[in-house]
Amino acid sequence: MTRPDAAVSNVSLERRAWNIRRKALLMGEVQGQGYVGQALGVADVLATSYFHAIDWRADDPEWEGRDRFYLSIGHYAIALYAALMEAGILPEEELATYGMDDSRMPMSGMASYTPGMEITGGSLGHGLGIAVGAALGLKRKGSDRFVYNLMSDGELGEGSTWEAVMSAVQWRLDNLICLVDFNNQQADGPSRDALAQGPEAPKWEAFGWHAQEVDGNDLGALVAAFDTARALPEPKPRVIICNTRMCKGVDFLEAREQNHFVRVEPGEWARALDRLEQGKPQ
Amino acid sequence: MTHASKARKYQPRTVPEGKPVATSAMIASLAAEGYDTVSAPFGQALVEAAKDDPRIVGLSADLSKYTDLHVFANALPERFYQMGMAEQLLFSAAAGLAREGFIPFATTYAVFAARRAYDFIAMAIAEENLPVKIACALPGLTTGYGPSHQATEDLAIFRGLPDMVLIDPCDACDVTGMVPAMIAHPGPVYARLLRGKVPSVLTRHKPDYRFELGRAQMIRDGRDVLVIASGIMTMRALDAAEALAKDGVDVAVLHVPTIKPLDADTILAEAGRGGRLVVSAENHSVNGGLGEAVAATLLQAGVTPSFRMIGLPDAFLEAGALPTLHDMYGLSVDRVAARIRGWL
Repeated sequence: MTRPDAAVSNVSLERRAWNIRRKALLMGEVQGQGYVGQALGVADVLATSYFHAIDWRADDPEWEGRDRFYLSIGHYAIALYAALMEAGILPEEELATYGMDDSRMPMSGMASYTPGMEITGGSLGHGLGIAVGAALGLKRKGSDRFVYNLMSDGELGEGSTWEAVMSAVQWRLDNLICLVDFNNQQADGPSRDALAQGPEAPKWEAFGWHAQEVDGNDLGALVAAFDTARALPEPKPRVIICNTRMCKGVDFLEAREQNHFVRVEPGEWARALDRLEQGKPQ
Repeated sequence: MTHASKARKYQPRTVPEGKPVATSAMIASLAAEGYDTVSAPFGQALVEAAKDDPRIVGLSADLSKYTDLHVFANALPERFYQMGMAEQLLFSAAAGLAREGFIPFATTYAVFAARRAYDFIAMAIAEENLPVKIACALPGLTTGYGPSHQATEDLAIFRGLPDMVLIDPCDACDVTGMVPAMIAHPGPVYARLLRGKVPSVLTRHKPDYRFELGRAQMIRDGRDVLVIASGIMTMRALDAAEALAKDGVDVAVLHVPTIKPLDADTILAEAGRGGRLVVSAENHSVNGGLGEAVAATLLQAGVTPSFRMIGLPDAFLEAGALPTLHDMYGLSVDRVAARIRGWL
């Protein structure tokens, strides 16, 4: 089965994003921890990716005709697992095994463990370089598929990211779409206080990329940006900088002091799920 | 209060009077006199293999001319990727090409792969067991350019990396033979590269010698000493053995071109014969290379001959002319022969 797009699915993108958030919270509850702040923030980007933009087959995660989706940020695995379950690539019954011994869903994403997890992320700044090689490989094979690389604002500090940025222009990789989840939070504090000194889009443009900067929690804006990136005729790589809000969709967590690893107290998971339920779309 | 630097300061040596002044060229010849040479055996072998195998692509980080990959780039320009002076990208992109079904050969200098790009080789390539073939020039002490280009610890670094196969070739025959073996191996390989005019050594001493991945081979037998050598030190050991034979010392040379996985069976069988001094010889730091691998193999098997190691010291080496440095650090034929004599 190929991606059920708007024409064949009556499930809205809003509901897909909500489902991804709910599954991520349920997995966080299993371990009593996890990068749920990032998962809630990036859920709209993942919903747009898996249920609007990219082609995949639930029963054949390595289908040659798929678009490649690389998760450079391994600690976002909880978010991608939620999306892969929503897509039917991972069975939802495995949700309760998240982070457990013998689970196919370790806390940090690894290609060898999980169907649909294309690369082993986690050592940050790797995804975009691997994506450059895959995009070269797809062109060599005559494939018209895209490579998507989802990275974080913190990874903008890795020199390897910029090596890949330059190479993608050199090789005119119009089949490469980079998604930057800009939530302005890295381990020691705001990314804007570290190396992510803006403005972001003009930097990428100066290197020769087509750059868009959007509200990464606005599904309409995301759909338009993905459509633009895919349809662009120029032979250049494309980046969508997605400004997202950590913990989006759970108001009391959103209001909490923003940090990289959002602490959720044992009694708060049920409340978080309840608050999410309040905003359930049709 | 002052903050005087405590950084290392070079102390010039006294050059003996009358000694000719030599230069420290980046690319220096390794061949002892009397050996024929083959030009760019790596590039030639890769072109030969790639003609019938469209999966093979080549990538370099601004060092194709200095790793003989330019031969491939000239013959098959559509299959060569210039990745620029960006080694992290070089190996990440090679991983991406391997993910899509290709067999990428990625080349640079050994120092840049081992030191600068290690995390990318470890996580993007080795952890996923992808068939990326890394071929790196200037292994060990093969340039007089100083520590920035002398890869004295590359094998120590990569020996710790699971699933990585390590090759340290001796000569043109090894380099030519290792290319198809690297392709046939389904996982990642790191090969030290000899480039330019590479001497033909092994077949002169053993006419039927052919490189086999994972196999150590006796090149010459001897009753008094067993030298277990890899890389260019096999050539030095063979030449030293000829010199020592004139003194009545009978030296065997076991060539171990695959450092990992080590051919423990052959090493144990030869070292276990008894009555021979066992000497390891490597163009690498004595820390973490062939010598320590052999020592651990012997000790764990309860095989305990008299054992000595020839290798580079645990130090940042000096700049200078390669023959001077090989003499200084014990890699020259004369020094190898003298040390073995001293141990008997």
